[in-house]
Amino acid sequence: MNLFNIPHNELLQHLINGLTLGAIYSLIALGYTMVYGILKFINFAHGEILMLGAYAGYYIYYFICDPTQGGVFVIFAFIISILTAMVCSASLGVIVERVAYRPLRKAPRLAPLLSAIGVSIVLMNLAALFFGTKSKKFDFPFDNSTLQAGGTSITPNQIMILAVGLIMMAALKLFVDRTRLGKAMRATSQNQSVAALMGINVDFIISLTFAIGSALAAVAGVLMALEFKLYPTMGQMAGLKAFIAAVVGGIGNISGAMLGGIILGLLETFGVVIIGIPQGLKDTIAFSALIIILLVKPSGLLIKNIREKV
Amino acid sequence: MLNFILLIFIYMGIYAISALGQNLIVGYTGLLSLCQAAFLGIGAYATAVMMTAFNMGFWEAMLISGLITAICGMFIGIPTLRLKGDYLAIATLGFGEIVKNIIVNWDSVTKGPMGINGIPGPSLFGFMFSAMDKISWVILIWVIVGVTYYFVRRIVRSRIGRALEAIREDEIAASAMGINTAKYKIGAFTTGAFLAGLAGSLFASYNQSVAPLTFDFMMSVMILCMVVLGGLGNNFATVVGTFIIVITSELPRLLGISHIIPPQLNQVIFGLILVLMMIYRPQGIIGRVKLNYAKIVKEEILHLEK
Repeated sequence: MNLFNIPHNELLQHLINGLTLGAIYSLIALGYTMVYGILKFINFAHGEILMLGAYAGYYIYYFICDPTQGGVFVIFAFIISILTAMVCSASLGVIVERVAYRPLRKAPRLAPLLSAIGVSIVLMNLAALFFGTKSKKFDFPFDNSTLQAGGTSITPNQIMILAVGLIMMAALKLFVDRTRLGKAMRATSQNQSVAALMGINVDFIISLTFAIGSALAAVAGVLMALEFKLYPTMGQMAGLKAFIAAVVGGIGNISGAMLGGIILGLLETFGVVIIGIPQGLKDTIAFSALIIILLVKPSGLLIKNIREKV
Repeated sequence: MLNFILLIFIYMGIYAISALGQNLIVGYTGLLSLCQAAFLGIGAYATAVMMTAFNMGFWEAMLISGLITAICGMFIGIPTLRLKGDYLAIATLGFGEIVKNIIVNWDSVTKGPMGINGIPGPSLFGFMFSAMDKISWVILIWVIVGVTYYFVRRIVRSRIGRALEAIREDEIAASAMGINTAKYKIGAFTTGAFLAGLAGSLFASYNQSVAPLTFDFMMSVMILCMVVLGGLGNNFATVVGTFIIVITSELPRLLGISHIIPPQLNQVIFGLILVLMMIYRPQGIIGRVKLNYAKIVKEEILHLEK
């Protein structure tokens, strides 16, 4: 199919779908990029933290309310479950950092990476053991009937994903750019030892980074569970793609992660409908994008290329 | 029971061959590659297609599969040369996923998710290796393991091996010493992939069938675990690591309690092995502690000051 043969409303439809997917990728990518900015390593377990956050949200939601009743209480319960999911994931992220990454901070680069892969496998399989491998459906708490406008349809869930994604990203950007703690975070990512000399508690800042990144992942996890399904390996592919998004935007750069996520979401959606990549090969798009960007501009779109010094 | 032990030895041999390849890439050259399972898959599928669709004999199919996999290794090696550590890991992981996707979707050749069945066994001087006759398989595979071991040992104890280790320790210093790092890195990838291709070939022929989902990320992690557990950059340790990992993953079946122990528990154990080894014994079970020159010099100075 050719770009010019597609009617406008259909194009708009794909744009909405792509943006929704992109917003989720962006939220996850932020966690990768923040951790990479400070510790210079990939937190492979990020996808699993997202998955466990989604499960936490799911169980709390169904524990405190019966969603078939409807009404204000359900909405209230949903908000509580999202907040609890954020707290659970944040604590998990901090614990993982303490147990598996902190002892390796001075080790060769391969060590924390392998340790992170190990944590990711442990968490994923523990989830499969405890929650079962069957996928679960997290029902949208509000009326999820499609809204139609000019041949394009959007679900309230998609609107919520876009809105929550936007709010979270704006809040994070403000936090990092405007607050004292954000400044400390930026300083730590530039130079840990000098930051420590300036009186910044580097360990605390690293824990905080993990907490914030993981909380954002939990939100993304719940949103994903609402839009798609809930299963123990949901974090694996989503995490990988979000990491790719972070690399495309320029890893270590917060705006880059947002931009990369959106680009990747759009690429995946339009790659299938316009270029005609078969649905089964959809995952290939992201990885090809990664390999291309690493070859053309390895530092990512928003970061200048820096030559390595000896 | 004896049959089962022989089966374990067959798998151990197959994994040992690909783990030796992985050790060459990760252990000696220090490139973290997460697509050894994809190489195994390419080798297995190449053999399966050649033996079923083209009625080729096992030995030539094995050799060609190894070469095809080596070319794929080169293909992934060249673009990833510019990548370091984490990026390389992700790119190879992506390559693994792409390979799996292609295998699942390329129905006309790979028969998609169904896999290919009825792959014949090898024959040697008129002797047919059948899947029932496990003892001859064990002998065949361990002979190949022996040859591989010798081959890898010759590589790492030569000028090439020293160049690879120099690249692992410090790439910039290595290139300053006149080592063509690009050549050696691609070489390591190609050789590692070649070995995985051979292992995949044996895997396909022994199992008589291949299915795409066998060669997933978890298999790559398992092979990586074998190398890490034994000790990075140590061939003997790699074989020992393979031994331990295969025994661990087959233990529930060996003890006849596989119906109580869920398969995920194995994966949890692999994950824990990776984390705990990295924290408490990064050099592996039988690896030696690396000489720390800074520490030695410091101790020497303290000694002199006394």
